[in-house]
Amino acid sequence: MVKKIKNLKEFSLSNDRFEGANLMCPGCSHNIIVREVLNATNDPVIVATATGCLEVCTAVYPKTSWDVSWIHIGFENAAVAAATVSAAYEVMKRKGKLPPATQKMVDEGREPKIVAFAGDGGTYDIGFQSLSGAFERGHNFMYVCLDNEVYANTGGQRSSSTPIGASTTTSPAGSVSYGEKMQKKSMVEIMADHGAPYVAQVSPSKWKDLVKKVQKGFEVYGPVYINAQSACTTEWKHAPEDTIEVSDLGVESCVWPLYEIINERDEHGIIYSTKLNITYRPKKKIPVEEYLAAQPRFRHLFKPENRHIIDLWQKAVDARWEYLQRREEAGV
Amino acid sequence: MAKDMKHIDIEEIQKLGWDELIPGAALFSFREPVEDVVEVPMEERPYAPTNSHEWQVGDWRVEKPVYNRDLCIDCQFCWVFCPDMSILSRDKKMIGVIYEHCKGCGICVEVCPTNPKSLLMFPEHMDNDEALKRWPQKEEKKKD
Repeated sequence: MVKKIKNLKEFSLSNDRFEGANLMCPGCSHNIIVREVLNATNDPVIVATATGCLEVCTAVYPKTSWDVSWIHIGFENAAVAAATVSAAYEVMKRKGKLPPATQKMVDEGREPKIVAFAGDGGTYDIGFQSLSGAFERGHNFMYVCLDNEVYANTGGQRSSSTPIGASTTTSPAGSVSYGEKMQKKSMVEIMADHGAPYVAQVSPSKWKDLVKKVQKGFEVYGPVYINAQSACTTEWKHAPEDTIEVSDLGVESCVWPLYEIINERDEHGIIYSTKLNITYRPKKKIPVEEYLAAQPRFRHLFKPENRHIIDLWQKAVDARWEYLQRREEAGV
Repeated sequence: MAKDMKHIDIEEIQKLGWDELIPGAALFSFREPVEDVVEVPMEERPYAPTNSHEWQVGDWRVEKPVYNRDLCIDCQFCWVFCPDMSILSRDKKMIGVIYEHCKGCGICVEVCPTNPKSLLMFPEHMDNDEALKRWPQKEEKKKD
């Protein structure tokens, strides 16, 4: 059943199923994303969480911050845990062996939603093979990547999501290096090419866009991938109160474009139509420099010898925005 | 709640060493089964002592957000962007801040759209009534 959320006031009637006094940093985006995802539905939710900030801070023995069914699993297999829950649920439903309380909800049209949360380390690098496998098998679940572009839990090592020029503990900036050398990989397209029916990129600062996409993802049958921008106060090194502002700058400068890819499939799983929609267009595209300037992890790029990296950034972002617009126009 | 699982008191757990576990112990969110969590507001939930809601992180703060009801327009921006579920909002109205859970990040103050802001950061030791007396006046819009 789709929860009706017309505006923010209506959304604020939701009762949180994620509890306070967890040990996440002040101003962490992870919490905001988890809240918005869980509040997007009134149906029961089963959550699988890979190792990462979210897991170690919300389940410190002997405490739990989850009011939903929650599974903690290794760094590499959040997708498999969610896929297994989904497969088990479907078998139990077919055989009529669901617990009475769940059966009652299913009869009311409130099917349990299965969500996997993982950080970018558990998605882009370590969890990729299990994620790819689960998407290829086509289980019915949603995978939310909390993308803070660094291994924040273990002290800020680079991941394959870290963008070029960022200073991390394993790619430090200094007199020799300008920081991370590699470009960020485009996970949304990779997951869309698995043939997933719905793939989207979201930012917590655009809450309505996020909630709409999550609801759309819950409605379709099959694996759904959501890539969520998660500003990290500790590793992006901005002040805790600037979390929403930094996220907004990322969206407005098109560094983090908000778009979705819908693959329509027939009963054999053959994709007959792919469509890319840009769901948010900045009224005035701001220069990438402003986004970079808001985060001290890019501070060294403003030195004269590193200025060329900023130009490179702008070029890459413009090219990507152009690519997305062309794809939307062509309807592919 | 499965029958073979043992419900453990928080005092019992606190007596244990860091590397000790009670086999078969499960940490539940609630003292008794709650049929539909979404329908039950925070005040009425039967929280177990092992739910983090029963704990507090308020001592992380240096500055606290103080809420001014007179200026608030109930836009709920603070509610949706609060990372710690610390903004109490009922029936589309903002009621206050849960100081036990607020870590003092200041996002609610940043996103507040009123002029002057209806949420402001004040030193932790200051009384809320004292803070309300010191509330700044309306700022005139700068003409460029």
